[in-house]
Amino acid sequence: MKDKNTIKIYLYTRFERLWHWLQGLMIICLIVTGFEIHGTYTLLGFQKAVNLHNLIGLTWLIMFAFFVFWLLTTGEWKQYIPTTKKLILVFKYYMWDIFKGKPHPIQKSKGAKHNPLQRLAYLGISAMLLPIQMTTGLLYYLYNDIPQIFELPVIAIMHTFIALLLLNFLIVHVYMTTTGHSLFSHIAGMITGWEEVFETTQIDAWETKATKKN
Amino acid sequence: MRKRDKYCFPIISTIIILLFTFSFQSVYASSLPNGDEAPGRKLAKQAVKNSKRWTTTDHAKIDALNQDFNSGDEVTQACLSCHSEAATQFHKSIHWTWLASGDKKDMRYGKAGYSVNNYCISANAMEDKGCLSCHPSWNKKGDKGTVNCLVCHNNSGFNFTETFSDIQAFSQDQDPETDEIVNELQMEVKQAVSKIILPGRKSCGDCHFLGGGGDGVKHGDLDTSLTNPNRKLDVHMGTDGENFSCTRCHTTVDHNIAGRIYTNPAVETRKSLIEDDLAPKITCVSCHSSAPHKNDSKMNDHTDVVSCQACHIPEFARVNPTKMWWDWSKSGKMKNGKPYVEKGAFGKPVYKTMKGEFKWEKNVLPEYFWFNGSLTSITADDVIDPSEPVKVNHPVGDKTDPQARIFPFKIHRGKQPYDKISNKLVAPLLTGKKGYWTTYDMNEAILLGNKAIGIPYSGQFDYVSTTSAFPITHMVAPKENALTCNECHSRTSSRLSNITQIYLPGRDKSSLFDTIGWLSVFGAFAGVLLHGLGRFFVRKNGREE
Repeated sequence: MKDKNTIKIYLYTRFERLWHWLQGLMIICLIVTGFEIHGTYTLLGFQKAVNLHNLIGLTWLIMFAFFVFWLLTTGEWKQYIPTTKKLILVFKYYMWDIFKGKPHPIQKSKGAKHNPLQRLAYLGISAMLLPIQMTTGLLYYLYNDIPQIFELPVIAIMHTFIALLLLNFLIVHVYMTTTGHSLFSHIAGMITGWEEVFETTQIDAWETKATKKN
Repeated sequence: MRKRDKYCFPIISTIIILLFTFSFQSVYASSLPNGDEAPGRKLAKQAVKNSKRWTTTDHAKIDALNQDFNSGDEVTQACLSCHSEAATQFHKSIHWTWLASGDKKDMRYGKAGYSVNNYCISANAMEDKGCLSCHPSWNKKGDKGTVNCLVCHNNSGFNFTETFSDIQAFSQDQDPETDEIVNELQMEVKQAVSKIILPGRKSCGDCHFLGGGGDGVKHGDLDTSLTNPNRKLDVHMGTDGENFSCTRCHTTVDHNIAGRIYTNPAVETRKSLIEDDLAPKITCVSCHSSAPHKNDSKMNDHTDVVSCQACHIPEFARVNPTKMWWDWSKSGKMKNGKPYVEKGAFGKPVYKTMKGEFKWEKNVLPEYFWFNGSLTSITADDVIDPSEPVKVNHPVGDKTDPQARIFPFKIHRGKQPYDKISNKLVAPLLTGKKGYWTTYDMNEAILLGNKAIGIPYSGQFDYVSTTSAFPITHMVAPKENALTCNECHSRTSSRLSNITQIYLPGRDKSSLFDTIGWLSVFGAFAGVLLHGLGRFFVRKNGREE
């Protein structure tokens, strides 16, 4: 059993953690205000919801640019390179092995913070859904000030639909945090930066690309 | 690495704080209550800065008016002795001709033409003398009489018509005692006649507030409460506000007063005084521009689709009630063989033998339609379809029309007679010895009324449901009483629920994409719930035993 001892490694830098929680907070606020604007419920009142939604949306947009800059300059973008290696294994783990108490097939490491399933999900979200959401949001915001390439209903319906997909992601994402070594270990990791991994975890070469420097 | 981290945090925090303040400024600048004045307000204040009219004439000192008058015609002659072109100009205006065309050969639209409404229906080509109390001629002579300048240009409140008929009656006999009375009356006339003014709210209101036969009957946004309103009722006319007269906005050229005339819009295009300083001030845009709200305000993005009135007149008939329903088919009922009146809420009649059944409302929510400034108009010469409510007037316009805006309306509903054979609305004669209000014989009244306007009547009539639309444009409320967003941006209770051709956030959605999206959300929720329950029941929680 000795090889199953866990150690903590410093996985998430201060910037990453700050960005993660800030982005999470902004997305939740955007969802809450957004669906009020959509007419799903009444909470703040339409005008307040719109003002807050615009404020947070624009802030997010600007800060996302900083995040992209950080990704590019640090090389952390490589964390998002999709792979099919062990993808089936991870999928099988969540579908079956987790109930049998088997260990996760992939251990996190500095060079590979995300498992293959996460890579796919996060790449899809960061590179597809979020940019489309930001673009449609900006087009919506500037609808009266710029040439109207798309009709308002097209923009609005896309924006709402992607918001629902992101809400979908949020639910799964929050749930997945409970699947660590203990219910809250992943959340703790994202707060402190220190993530629990097995002491003897073998890290394959492909998993460490992000930190390899020539 | 650690050292860099130390600097990283304060730098990031600074950036975030800067970004937040920046965004706050741009997004919230619009809604700060005590911020700078809105540009539209500033412009409008400029436009009316020189609000005091000044004059070089004191009519009390004019010789022409300083004489004994025996008739209204003589007064008018006195006016014309200086204002030589006034009557000529006025004879061409719709106020005189009661015809939209101004030409007796074209009787299509106008009170003196084929136009009908669903109030007193028709003025029967000026044959119905009851209507002529609002014609600006002496002694109800209509366009055959002399212009009565004093109707609009005198604020003495003196009853000239009655006094002149008294003077004429008294001067018939040669009694010296009555001579004295005549002299006294003429002194009174002389004093009253010199009180010459530019038309004020009461001048216009004496007819326009009482249109349809009583206070607030017709328009909904025009009634006697506007004679001396406070600014809460009307920011422009409020005596504690800008104290505008009607002609402040209804600007006038050659006695032609700016405003909508039947099917013709008040203006072809909305132009601000910056674009055209000679434009009539009849539209909101004239003084307030088309971007009146504070910079960056989302409200300014509305002005290409939504009229100012739609938000700034939350309700009409806010002080006096207005008539919303008039059913002619119920008229003519007698109590003990006599005509009667039954009063209801607001102390207003809900039944009159003369006119039928009424409904009155106060603080009425407008109905909204696309409106480019034109109204359709069904006249007594147009064939109708009696199987559905006839729109006697209805706003014209849709989203594709660049002049059209979403505009508030009073819709007056009712039932009125029509010719069952020719399918045309008919024009019963109401007053006079043979009028309906004397004989209570509708068939006879229609026969006479239609004869007066020259449209044949088959002799068979029935009643048809009709609606008429009045644009709501007066009673502009102070900005703090303007509509809040959710009055329209609401899924269930939008004021604009009948407005098509737009995507209205908060009201509209794509049922397909919403359904797929929410199914995926609930699917995810159910999925993780089941997954979690599974983990809980096998009690392994991801850990190997």
